[in-house]
Amino acid sequence: MKKLALAGAVFLIGAFTLLPFLWFLLTSWKSAGEITAIPPVMLPSFRWDNYRAAIVEYGLLHYIVNSAVVATATTVLSIFVASLAAFALARFRLHWARYYLMLLLALSMFPQIAIAGPVWRLLSFLGWLNSYHGIVAAYIALSLPFAVWVLTTFFRELPYDIEEAALIDGCTRWQALRLIVLPLAAPGVFTAAILVFIQAWNEFFFALIILTYPALQTLPVGIALFPGEYTMPWGEIAAASTLATLPLVALTLLFQRRIVQGLSAGAVKG
Amino acid sequence: MSNRQDPVWRFLLPSFLFIGVFSLYPIIESFRLSLYRMILTMPWLGAKFVGWENYWDLATDPVARGSFFTSVLFVAVTTPIEVLVGLAMALVLNESFRGRGWLRAIVLIPWAVPTVVSSQMWRFIFNDRYGLFNYLIFGSATQHYWAPLAEPGLALMAIMLADIWKTSSFAGLILLAGLQGIPGELYEAANIDGATTWQKFRHVTLPLLKPALLLALLFRTIDALKVFDLVFVMTQGGPADTTNILQFYGYKKIFAEGMIGYGSAIAVAVFAISLLLSILYLRVSGSGIIRREPAL
Repeated sequence: MKKLALAGAVFLIGAFTLLPFLWFLLTSWKSAGEITAIPPVMLPSFRWDNYRAAIVEYGLLHYIVNSAVVATATTVLSIFVASLAAFALARFRLHWARYYLMLLLALSMFPQIAIAGPVWRLLSFLGWLNSYHGIVAAYIALSLPFAVWVLTTFFRELPYDIEEAALIDGCTRWQALRLIVLPLAAPGVFTAAILVFIQAWNEFFFALIILTYPALQTLPVGIALFPGEYTMPWGEIAAASTLATLPLVALTLLFQRRIVQGLSAGAVKG
Repeated sequence: MSNRQDPVWRFLLPSFLFIGVFSLYPIIESFRLSLYRMILTMPWLGAKFVGWENYWDLATDPVARGSFFTSVLFVAVTTPIEVLVGLAMALVLNESFRGRGWLRAIVLIPWAVPTVVSSQMWRFIFNDRYGLFNYLIFGSATQHYWAPLAEPGLALMAIMLADIWKTSSFAGLILLAGLQGIPGELYEAANIDGATTWQKFRHVTLPLLKPALLLALLFRTIDALKVFDLVFVMTQGGPADTTNILQFYGYKKIFAEGMIGYGSAIAVAVFAISLLLSILYLRVSGSGIIRREPAL
């Protein structure tokens, strides 16, 4: 009886989370006729036309390259800046460290509209609208609160004795971070990096307002603004969506355990 | 413990710079701008200081009131459902059964899908002529088919469903971490006392899960106020402003209509609401989240 209920619950949860996306995935392999058919066609004829059209006619590769560049640059720079800050917050005796962490926690809670207007004006003033460095600068600020919290948590869990011995031997703080803390905390740093990457890859609001030249837009903007007035090109949208989601699903399945660990470190403590 | 060669400010300066320039300054600037009348489509007006006038307009603007109501309704409906669905997921994933690793991975998929993608996905499912939603309700009787995203009552519900699909698993993860922190001996003791499954859930699991439940509620509430992508892709705030949540209304005023002053007042209002909610939750949960970090 209990087993049956459990099996039912497993099935329900699996169906609820998987089926809607599976439906969209199947749509990406359907012909236009199969997409609009009533009753719906369950199994597509598995054509790649939609993928070809999305890449050739809608220039999907541009968006993929832009997303990859922006998300990678954001991840590398944000993790670098956050490691420095987290090291200071975890290892120096700063009585105001907790206030800085609280400020970061508070900042991570605010809706983007609270800062969107001035960020746009600032980037416009600097001439950084429609540029990689403009969007990356904004993304670093968006991802820092989370990255600093998670890394501070991970750094504090490391034993202090090795570092202490190294410092006594005349090693500088900078060397201690680079040669001892970062290698020891590598799994945690990697986890934080994956989460920042996913966040940057998925971000839409700032990308929408900062990147208005199609040549520079990222995947979420491309997919949200897919051209089509009365008849939406659903096959192509589904194909583009699948390609945009694939790297993330791969990352999630590969690093499932780490992601869960990182999210709970970030959630429980910040 | 800083020494002479590398003072602490060198480590903190880069983060101060980014946070200061791209987060703190913009919040203050949003507040300053909200005290001005500034309309980009009417540049001849310039920027005129009007004090609290924008806020006064906001309080009497029927669209803003509707928008406020929609946001509150959205948060009030989605967050409890998401925490409940997440709780169901966590309880199931906390059992041991074959294929648990698979289910855990599958549950993470909605979380990993970009919001814009899930928005297009649900928009397709809710299509008025060949959407799966219509087929599941009306079968092949296409003459009855609805356009849910164009129906004032239904559009918001469709967006809520899309949000629940996407974010329940995040609540589930927090709750699963909470469940795994409950010592097994408590259940053994309850078993010895002959407690039923329900009694164990009611008197052991729920009380000990309370901090995790509050945390999940807090995070979902704050995130629900940030909803933007779903509205932008699925309805653009329509039909008849019924899905025009505050964050989208602010975006429209500032970026589509160029009403910098009035839009900034909306932005500050959203900011104030999420600040209030955060403080409220932290008070209720005994600010355990902050206190947990060691003093070193």
